[in-house]
Amino acid sequence: MASQLFRSKKNSVLPGFRLTLGFTLFYLGLIVLIPLAAVFWKTSTLTWSEFWHTVTMPTAMASYRLTFGASFCAALVNAVFGLIVAWVLVRYEFFGKKIVDSLVDLPFALPTAVAGITLAALYSDHGWIGQLLTPLGIKVANTQIGIFIALTFIGLPFIVRTVQPILEDLDPELEEAAASLGANRWQVFWRVILPMLTPALLTGFALAFARALGEYGSVIFIAGNKPMLTQITPLIIMQELDMFDYPKATAIAVVMLVVSFVLLLTINVLQWWTNRYNTTNLA
Amino acid sequence: MTPAATTFHTPHRVGHRRSTSEPPAVRRLLIGIALAFMALFLVLPLVCVFSQAFAKGIGFYFKTLNDPLAWSAIKLTLTAAAIAVPLNCVFGVAAAWAIAKFDFRGKNILLTLIDLPFSISPVISGFIYVLVFGAQGWLGLWLNADNPSFPALANWLNDHNFKIIFAVPGIVLATIFVTFPFVARELIPLMQAQGRTEEEAARVLGASGWQTFWRVTLPNIKWGLIYGVILCNARAMGEFGAVSVVSGKIRGQTNTIPLHIEALYDDYNFTGAFAVASLLAFLALITLGLKTWVEYKNARLNETEISQ
Repeated sequence: MASQLFRSKKNSVLPGFRLTLGFTLFYLGLIVLIPLAAVFWKTSTLTWSEFWHTVTMPTAMASYRLTFGASFCAALVNAVFGLIVAWVLVRYEFFGKKIVDSLVDLPFALPTAVAGITLAALYSDHGWIGQLLTPLGIKVANTQIGIFIALTFIGLPFIVRTVQPILEDLDPELEEAAASLGANRWQVFWRVILPMLTPALLTGFALAFARALGEYGSVIFIAGNKPMLTQITPLIIMQELDMFDYPKATAIAVVMLVVSFVLLLTINVLQWWTNRYNTTNLA
Repeated sequence: MTPAATTFHTPHRVGHRRSTSEPPAVRRLLIGIALAFMALFLVLPLVCVFSQAFAKGIGFYFKTLNDPLAWSAIKLTLTAAAIAVPLNCVFGVAAAWAIAKFDFRGKNILLTLIDLPFSISPVISGFIYVLVFGAQGWLGLWLNADNPSFPALANWLNDHNFKIIFAVPGIVLATIFVTFPFVARELIPLMQAQGRTEEEAARVLGASGWQTFWRVTLPNIKWGLIYGVILCNARAMGEFGAVSVVSGKIRGQTNTIPLHIEALYDDYNFTGAFAVASLLAFLALITLGLKTWVEYKNARLNETEISQ
């Protein structure tokens, strides 16, 4: 009781609590919560069997497999290369390091439509990379590989930017201790450094995966639009919208929203784990 | 010599090489892999945008950008960003003030809700506004021409031909939604780390609430705020998925820059599409440059604070 009283008294020194929190909640409700509620309202106009029929139709099922599979592979590739990039940026000195460090954020800054048409041009049969791959029998544009490439492009910064700060804060004494006890460099990395980076790596992986699931702009140009083959789930929603079939679009949107919420929850738990790991290290 | 002895004699650099860093060959290999990956996935696309944009020469480039349709797209994008960024900026400051300077229950839920727009697919972000304001949505139901719930409002909107979806207001709303968390996300951790002692001191010394904010808080969060605004603006000008759902893509009226790029691309005018895209790629480079500069400023600010 006493501590609570003290706290509210301390708070009262600073003004504006009601004003700022009130405005925050009002704006949040108006811009985010009420429009989101509209999706669930629209779904309620469907019967359960209509809903189920829509979300399990073959084109939708194929799109889930593709979207999840490509997003997972892209996030996995990024976890490996993102870790290497973060490692190199934190531990080594080399020419142009500052520029490389800034460039990591390019996928955040470059609009998705620009990334989309550029990747499509690069990997088309006559593109800079495409013409090298065509003789090898590898087709990227208008295939699932193209989708994977686009999702890899947009996911890289998530891994680098979550791993980098943790790597910077790692206590060198732990590595020195392990080395002085006779561990070789590989053992130190595998048994000491990697376990401490795991929460951050998983967080970055989840962030990249979540972003990839919903990605639209950078994917559609390189993906082509082949039913059952290269249609990602957001594109399925877009097609239903173009045909003004709002109930169908809503049903599939609800599936994606539920997945997003679950992932958001997972990411929050992972971030809490990452931070806890950090504070125990500091203590 | 054992590694421990090495550490003892030379606490920094030289002696560590064997035990706590990698052999030069491994270093070079790792740097090589990282640079190759970055070159393939980041640098090559960037070079490609500009080289494609000028593929038909400078004349064609400026002809594409001088097109009235391109101009209307640029104007619409600037308008949407000019409305969305300040609004989200005010929201971000208000939310950060409430969350960082006060204790209340449900703070974590509020933080998660603020992040929501980041985790929602752009297509769905646009779609939710269609469901609220579209003809088949809530507003459409209320303003139904045959049996409106609010006849006066329905008549007024019809008389003025006021539309939200497939018109500019929808584009602005979708842009606000997708850029909603940017400023708040930057400011909340920053203001939480700064605590409230400085503001409390200002208040005790007799400053009013606004004076405290303008003279104490704002100078402290300046760089974080600029950083958030830069990122918010980049996304606002580049948003594609959400805007393409609500825009209706009427050329010269409801096409933003990214939608104009798509239109040119769909017309097989690839060089034209890349010419317009180069504007946004240039904006991305400016964004990255500013971001690096702000980070540098911020780091220097922290250093001087520590040395003081």
